[in-house]
Amino acid sequence: MTDATRNLLLYALIGLIGLLAPYLAPAFRVQMALLWMMILFALTWDLGGGQMGYNSFGNIVFFGIGCYVAAVVQRDLFFAVGGQPQATGDLATVSPLFNYFNGFAVGLALAVIIALAVAAALGSGILGLRGHYFAICTLGVGVAAGEIASGWDYIGAGSGMVAPIFPGGPGQNAIFFYYFFFALAAICFFTLKWLYGTRFGLAINAIRDDEDKAEAMGIHTTRYKTVAWCVAAFFLALAGGAFGHLNNFIDREVAFPGITFGVWMVLMAILGGQGTLWGPVIGATIFHATQELFWTYFIGWQRVALGLLIVVIVVFFPLGIMGWLRSRWPERFGETVDLEARTAPISLRETR
Amino acid sequence: MDNLQLLFNAPILSVQLLIDGLFIGAIFALAAYGMALVWGVMDIINIAQGEFVMLGGYVTFFLAAAGVHPLYTVPVAAAALYILGWALYRTVVFRVVDKDMFISILATFGISILLQQLANELFEADIRTAESGLGTLLFADGLIVVSQIKLVAFVCALVLGAALFLFLKRSRLGQAIRATAQNARAARIMGVNTDRVFATTFALNAAICGAAGSLVVMTWLVHPYLGLAYTLRSFMIVTVAGLGNIGAVVFASLGLGAAENFAGFVLGTEYQAAFVFSLLVVILVWRNALLSRQRKYLK
Repeated sequence: MTDATRNLLLYALIGLIGLLAPYLAPAFRVQMALLWMMILFALTWDLGGGQMGYNSFGNIVFFGIGCYVAAVVQRDLFFAVGGQPQATGDLATVSPLFNYFNGFAVGLALAVIIALAVAAALGSGILGLRGHYFAICTLGVGVAAGEIASGWDYIGAGSGMVAPIFPGGPGQNAIFFYYFFFALAAICFFTLKWLYGTRFGLAINAIRDDEDKAEAMGIHTTRYKTVAWCVAAFFLALAGGAFGHLNNFIDREVAFPGITFGVWMVLMAILGGQGTLWGPVIGATIFHATQELFWTYFIGWQRVALGLLIVVIVVFFPLGIMGWLRSRWPERFGETVDLEARTAPISLRETR
Repeated sequence: MDNLQLLFNAPILSVQLLIDGLFIGAIFALAAYGMALVWGVMDIINIAQGEFVMLGGYVTFFLAAAGVHPLYTVPVAAAALYILGWALYRTVVFRVVDKDMFISILATFGISILLQQLANELFEADIRTAESGLGTLLFADGLIVVSQIKLVAFVCALVLGAALFLFLKRSRLGQAIRATAQNARAARIMGVNTDRVFATTFALNAAICGAAGSLVVMTWLVHPYLGLAYTLRSFMIVTVAGLGNIGAVVFASLGLGAAENFAGFVLGTEYQAAFVFSLLVVILVWRNALLSRQRKYLK
């Protein structure tokens, strides 16, 4: 069996499982929808963190923008300003042309436009920073966005806002959003797979390895960095818009969850293996499953356990699963090694 | 913007805001000095800085609730946090000292979340404060109100900072710490036990933050989610002031305290935190933009 057919079989298998999963385990639809969202988080984080060497703690901003913009559009399309959302399926719209779904689509489109504008505007300044300055600056951006959202009356300030109710009975939304997130994660995966194979992928890898040299070689680094950030922002805004609708309620904690989603996306990518295509997917899957166990067995203490988990993974397992596999079976990754190199311990420094 | 108008009409309000700002700024200076110390000596940016402040505050809060006067608990908070800092170094931090800086940022971020959530579980999310029982001083016909405890805390912070400065300058261990900061390898060759120096530095930093937290709970308040704001403020101060320049750290801290207080008054308190974090972003981007003219960047 050639590599190409094996890959095709793998994709077909994952696709089939993904398509059938909501009917095989109907009770876990929302959880599985969130699994695809986590995979998307890890993939988009790794685009900056793993492939480009720009470790961001602030990608959650685009998710939050998506959440809020999509929900505000729905609110202002459906409800007279200041009106209360209706609990029934038939909604009072400003125009009969709009229903839940095309309102959602308009919201997502606007969310993407705003997120891209913010990414481009912020990126031109922030992406000039390097290393830990970039990391901490983006951390500041993430927290500042949350603080602004919790003070701004138009979007509900501290008390939050309610997204419209999905038409149909309770639980109907899970299946719609499951397939939405499944499709989004798949599109994201293949987009990144394609991007990493192009000149763009080589350019951002060059930026990671040595930005000054990359620039000296004539790569317009700022442009590449901004585009990479915008790609991440694009997918995160779509995910955010859908997550806000799935959750029905949006406030600062839901839209800008810096210490949960914001850190998890970093952790999932590192757990799976930074700078690889499959690493974030594997990391996110394992992390999401473990996290469910935490919720079951450490109820009340799950966040403490997650803090501990971050420390353990980062300190003892910084190369991630793909990194470990690579050091274990280098030949499978197309590397030739002599015996001496194989037995030598590898550290993160050496692989960078 | 009404409040801005108010400031112009009643300039005396500015004096009040300035004084309060300077008082809190002195406490920022303690946390920032600790961060600069760890950053300079160990090349680690400690994201758990604010959590040390928060825990120091809780030590004082619980002791005060047990009947001890809060001012006497400052050394206790410092000692408790010294032990915690030492323990954290011996379990986690020593493993990331010589690693990539992002690894240490993420590891201390993990510690920060761990401590924050532990505090949330053990101490509950309520906002706490420790009552010192000291009165207030009135100036300018009662237009300026200065609570005595803030004054005492201000003096305490300055004394602590000065003591630390003298310790680093004069004592044998302080010299070893400074030698390690200059060149860890050379210090090791000269017989300095750098591992012990790192442990002491990290523990000392935790102790300073603990004392700062103790002052915070007496003058303002403490809650489990307080930490990140102090970490980012410290980072901002250190980036502006540079490593190893204590005068600049104090100056930047007092300036930040005052600026933050004015912003809170003018924009409304709900935007005060947003102002601080936006200021961090603006300062970093601005400084980097200045450097980029010479094709350099913040290092």
